[in-house]
Amino acid sequence: MQVKAKKVDMAEGDMTPMIDMVFQLIAFFMVLINFGQTEANDRVVLPNSQLVKPPETKLDFPIILHIAQDGEVVLGGDTYTAETLRLGLNRELSVIVAEGKSPADANVIIRAHKDAAAGDVQEVIRVAQEQKLEKFALRVKEDRS
Amino acid sequence: MRIRNREEGTKQELNMTSMIDIVFLLLIFFVMTFKIVEMEGDFSVRMPLASNSSGAVDDTELPLKLRLKADENGRLTSIAMNEVQLGTDFNALRETVIGLVSGTQPGDSPEVGPEVEIDTDYNLRYEHVISAITAVSGYKVGDETVKLIEKIKFAKPRR
Repeated sequence: MQVKAKKVDMAEGDMTPMIDMVFQLIAFFMVLINFGQTEANDRVVLPNSQLVKPPETKLDFPIILHIAQDGEVVLGGDTYTAETLRLGLNRELSVIVAEGKSPADANVIIRAHKDAAAGDVQEVIRVAQEQKLEKFALRVKEDRS
Repeated sequence: MRIRNREEGTKQELNMTSMIDIVFLLLIFFVMTFKIVEMEGDFSVRMPLASNSSGAVDDTELPLKLRLKADENGRLTSIAMNEVQLGTDFNALRETVIGLVSGTQPGDSPEVGPEVEIDTDYNLRYEHVISAITAVSGYKVGDETVKLIEKIKFAKPRR
């Protein structure tokens, strides 16, 4: 008896739904991804408040000061203490002055850790005031609970 | 002559493997770099350095004094508004502020409204200061925010 060898086709699953889903996932993550997180600092966990809302317009000439739990101040990637912060602020202010603005036009955004000492924050504000900075924004996390 | 078309019925399929490889790489990249953005907002404080000029000070313009005391671990031990002790309850503080500012008109601009000066112990945790600022700044009724005091300043730090 002659037995014919049958050619077996490879069983292929239909990949279309999987590819559809994967593309949907990629689209989802692409839309939500936020590369502009330069303001955040790993050493700072902000306190909560129910009253704050995300600002509708960006603040002019922002100077972002991160205050860690131990009172260290991070400005533009450099670490300062309340005593040495004047040097960092002067550098920022020279840029603002070069643009024809005064220190009073700048906005100091204070991102302090929730367990930092309030006195450390006050010291930072005092140093900034001595550099003729007037406008401060205490940044907090929006509490929606 | 009969010609058999042996190729009849076979489909020409694209090789999807390389595309799926790339797509999965992209997916892994986006999943790994994904971070939920927390909504943040600001309490604005306008605080120029106090001038040394000795001009006459109107009593009605004196700020409300909010005193926050802390123990050695930075925990809040007492709140006092204009020397009135309020325990450690921020709701009591809010009620007091509502009573104090009830005379001002809702249409008044923040520039003419009352001002509060926060005087805290040095080692008090910053989150308590924010809770105090929240209590004096306003409160929420549903989705609406009722504003109380918008002018806030800090006293000199206590060492």
